Amino acid sequence: MSNFSRRKLITTGLGAAAGVSGLAVGAALLRRYGLVPPDSAGVYGPGATLTYAAQRILTRHSLAREFTPSQISKPPFANEVAPLGEAFKRLQEGAFADWRLAVDGMVARPASFSLAELKSFPRRSQITHLACEEGWSYIAEWIGVPLSHVLDLVETLPKARYIVYRSIQPGWWESIDMADALHPQTFVTYGMNGGELPVRFGGPLRLRVPRQLGYKSVKYITRLTVTDSLKRFGKGLGSASPEGGYAWYAGI
Amino acid sequence: MADSVWIPAAIAIARHSAVVRVTHWITTVCFLALLVSGVEILISHPRFYWGETGNVLTPPLFQLPIPASRSTVPTGYGYVLPDQNGWSRYLHFQAAWLAVLTGLLYAIFGLLTGHFRRNLLPARASLSRQALSIAIASHLRFRPPNEPGAWPYNVLQRFTYLLVIFVLFPFVIWTGLAMSPAIASAFPAAVIVLGGQQSARTIHFFVSVFVLLFLLVHILMVCRAGFRNRMRAMIGGHE
Repeated sequence: MSNFSRRKLITTGLGAAAGVSGLAVGAALLRRYGLVPPDSAGVYGPGATLTYAAQRILTRHSLAREFTPSQISKPPFANEVAPLGEAFKRLQEGAFADWRLAVDGMVARPASFSLAELKSFPRRSQITHLACEEGWSYIAEWIGVPLSHVLDLVETLPKARYIVYRSIQPGWWESIDMADALHPQTFVTYGMNGGELPVRFGGPLRLRVPRQLGYKSVKYITRLTVTDSLKRFGKGLGSASPEGGYAWYAGI
Repeated sequence: MADSVWIPAAIAIARHSAVVRVTHWITTVCFLALLVSGVEILISHPRFYWGETGNVLTPPLFQLPIPASRSTVPTGYGYVLPDQNGWSRYLHFQAAWLAVLTGLLYAIFGLLTGHFRRNLLPARASLSRQALSIAIASHLRFRPPNEPGAWPYNVLQRFTYLLVIFVLFPFVIWTGLAMSPAIASAFPAAVIVLGGQQSARTIHFFVSVFVLLFLLVHILMVCRAGFRNRMRAMIGGHE
């Protein structure tokens, strides 16, 4: 009886030690390959990390499903946004002629593009699904220039790991990793369903990230910052969403 | 003296192995976390659709008669519940991960040790029309099962556990993943065969309701069979 207990104790101890060291090795490997999201501290860190790591391994290059024009939702639905600020209204009065998108941070040539300049770049369109974290969704055609084209123009430095993007609306900002930033369907979007992008849907300029939920597609963007670390932005959690209790990675 | 072996009464009947007990309780905790967080996520949009898309501008398949946590949803109630989606989504996915990893451990154990074959697959004798009708009749009269092959589970219990473990659990995981835009990009067929992302959400809801129904009946049957004994069997492993 005592032999059996001792054996059991030793096996359990060895098992626990193997488990703990396995977890430590796993965590080190995840960090080494950049598979840990910026909001990984805290009680929900393990789940958020597993989700982000698994998605990055499975979906790094996959393309969001595209639909036919007949599948476009009529009419599409847009969630409410906070009342638009003075800065937005001033630019709206000038028909957004003075709207600019600044690109700075870890780039060889920081730049600022007007809407007209962005529209002169290669024009792409995609008919994709936009799903809100609340549960509703719609399909629309999104027209714009791939973010990767804009990043090529300013030439991101090899150390770049994330793109931080900000709305003209105060406190509204997000970030994505390079896998999503360089993804061919991630657009700097200025058009929708064959026309201009309506203000309700983020016009004049919205970053569209079709492989993540709607809240990653920030409306009214004015600035992109290329960085190798998200520690210096806001509370260091990656974007405004984790500061408000929502996951940074929203691919699910 | 040497040949007298003392067996404590408490370990006379071994019921559940350690792996079954540990995975059972981890799954229980996960399911409760998934249920609470799932309800919190659901109330942000208590409308269900069929197909790829659905929002408040499209007619729903049905709408639950409950208030919502978002003001954009027309519910007929004059108030909006507090929004709890942030932590609910974090908790939902964390509990789902733990449940899936626990389920994998259980599945490997069940295959390697013959747990599924021995304890869950119904014996051939119990599948005859006569044996089945006896089992159903005694179940309906709340009689203890005594047909052939009724230990450790009778044929109805075996079917129910097999259905929950090998049909409902995989299906709820699949329909949950099919709602993910990133998973849909990597495995579009997983969404298309369900009829679209909104169909996946609707099926996810119904499968969850079935798992909840199972839980309620499971607790009811445990109470009828003797709550203390069954809890002892699932905690300590012996009756």
